[in-house]
Amino acid sequence: MNSEAQYIDLFQQCRTMICDNSAEVMNAVREAAFEDFQRLGLPTKKVERYRYTDIPKIFAPDYGLNLKRLRIPVNPYDAFRCDVPNLSTNLYFVVNDMFYDEEKPKGHLPEGVVVDSLRKFSDEHPEIVSKYYGKIAKTNADSVTALNTMLAQDGLVVYVPKGVKVEKTVQVINILSLPLTPSKKRGNSPEGDSLMLNRRVLVIVENEAQIRLLFCDHAADDRDFLTTQVVEAFVGEESQLELYCLEETHYKNLRVSNVYIEQQKNSTVKHNVITLHNGTTRNQTDVSLLGEGASCGLYGCVIADKQQHVDNNTLIVHHVAQCQSNELYKYVLDDQSVGAFAGRVLVKHGAQKTESQMRNQNLCATREARMFTQPMLEIYADDVKCAHGSTVGQLNDAAVFYMQQRGISLEQARLLLQVAFINEVIDQIELVPLRDRLHYLVEKRFRGELSKCEGCKLCR
Amino acid sequence: MLEVKNLHARIGDKEILKGIDLVMKPGETHAVMGPNGSGKSTLSAVLVGNPLYEVTEGEAQFNGKNLLEMTPDARANEGIFLSFQYPVEIPGVSMTNFLKTAINEKRKYQGLPELKAADFMKLMNEKRQIVELDSKFTRRSVNEGFSGGEKKRNEIFQMAMLEPKLAILDETDSGLDVDAMRIVAEGVNKLRTADNCRIVITHYDRLLEMIRPDVVHILYNGKIVKTGGMELAQEIQKRGYDWIKGEAE
Repeated sequence: MNSEAQYIDLFQQCRTMICDNSAEVMNAVREAAFEDFQRLGLPTKKVERYRYTDIPKIFAPDYGLNLKRLRIPVNPYDAFRCDVPNLSTNLYFVVNDMFYDEEKPKGHLPEGVVVDSLRKFSDEHPEIVSKYYGKIAKTNADSVTALNTMLAQDGLVVYVPKGVKVEKTVQVINILSLPLTPSKKRGNSPEGDSLMLNRRVLVIVENEAQIRLLFCDHAADDRDFLTTQVVEAFVGEESQLELYCLEETHYKNLRVSNVYIEQQKNSTVKHNVITLHNGTTRNQTDVSLLGEGASCGLYGCVIADKQQHVDNNTLIVHHVAQCQSNELYKYVLDDQSVGAFAGRVLVKHGAQKTESQMRNQNLCATREARMFTQPMLEIYADDVKCAHGSTVGQLNDAAVFYMQQRGISLEQARLLLQVAFINEVIDQIELVPLRDRLHYLVEKRFRGELSKCEGCKLCR
Repeated sequence: MLEVKNLHARIGDKEILKGIDLVMKPGETHAVMGPNGSGKSTLSAVLVGNPLYEVTEGEAQFNGKNLLEMTPDARANEGIFLSFQYPVEIPGVSMTNFLKTAINEKRKYQGLPELKAADFMKLMNEKRQIVELDSKFTRRSVNEGFSGGEKKRNEIFQMAMLEPKLAILDETDSGLDVDAMRIVAEGVNKLRTADNCRIVITHYDRLLEMIRPDVVHILYNGKIVKTGGMELAQEIQKRGYDWIKGEAE
């Protein structure tokens, strides 16, 4: 299979159209990304970090792209209204990969804080964006990142200037939408039953700044979507970033997301990735701890059934001394679903006093469900405190029986235990109303009441 | 209320119960004593439907219904309660959530509507005082990090919440200090009515002195070999089991 050929052809034929509908800063790295992609090709399972997800297969069909940037006729503010009790957020929408700016968000951000279209912000402030764009998402090291960099035309930027603390959570709802449109020439317009989109996100948190982001991915239409996403997050000294990502899409949705986080001295990052509903998902998270005293927490939970496939791949690099990392991923797999977790913590030479913990725990509810787990720890310093481990198992029979003896049905007992299992990850969320809402959604998911994406259950 | 006839059961290939006969009437308290490995815990496990044990022969009726055909949760909802010898820890499931689910499952079984949240909290506060449990503990995970004494008191608390018709106390006194044993025994006595009955499995007469059983059975090698009153328990305490073993063999 030579899945990459169509993307190479597409770029060669459409590079002018791609560039014309994007920003200078984004175009500046496009050619290099194209060269890297040509050289690397799509990662097969022989590429270590991609061994659990068949990327060439996912990228083989011709999904069609929206290179001309035609607007999808949907007003998300009408369609989605957040009713998370007590959760008041600054709410923004990204429809496919386009920031929705036809209506101004109601919330007010502190002065200087920007949440906007990446393309627009790049045109307005190339001096800021060029300092960061493509700097940690290296196209020569990952070909999905290369593909995204070569095709991405827009996306989201979050910019928090030095010393600014954003109190109110910024919520961004990514809606995948493809309503029926009159037939147009394929390859450069959204039509048909499928769509590929390449979303780019840039998060810049300058020194002593603070922000909490909630990204919710939803599919508004029952189509085949393929999303590539590259998130670059720069977290300055003494800064804090909380980044919560919730996926609640549907069986036809394919998502390949690469998140890169770079942390300076005494910064704190909490990143929680929740996969409630999906088709095939691969989330890759790379964290570089560059300044002493930085700490990061990566958390993830997965609830999968039927043929769903979820692969989380993480890399935390302790470049310097005195940093902390904490990782907890939990999966509950039912039916024939497949889960994968590969986490690597790399403690570099001289990164003394590193404290690192990694835990991956998984429940397989059926004999057909499969879990691949690979916790990895590589240490080149001699004064560190590190632990890593993983488990794959079934529900505790003794606990199930104990509950049954109290009159609780087998089904209900399993539900309670599974919810409790996942809640350990949800409980890492600092924002209490969001945590409560997610507890509720997790329970609904296990009850089978979130059987397909009916829009935003979190927000509608 | 409970009628057990010629009950045989095994775990794996090992036959443990070799023909148990037991009849209990409403209001009665029966004690079951016996040396280690005689089958006491197996008897309680079989009555509540523990899937690890297989019944090979005999029958067990509860209020006229065939117990052995029922799932464990159906037996519980019919009114059978087991105070576990080793209560299981369930991390992440709060006592409140656990009991609310249990109570509402029972109400569903009985065709009653769910209990309102406020009524449930009131019930829980009322009942936990029977075994002198702190209010904080209802927010904790089921048995997680509980001391031995708390676990046993928690069993009696759950019994108070669920108001069973037949309660089986499997060595509820083991590992308890004198005060905790008094609390447990008093709890059991407070829950005693003319309509419910109890099976108390124990090694010692101390708990029995406080609970005062109507009948005392001695189980040996999978069979009830002797039945008497409180004086039998006292005799065991004095003389041990050797004379019983001798008589039985």
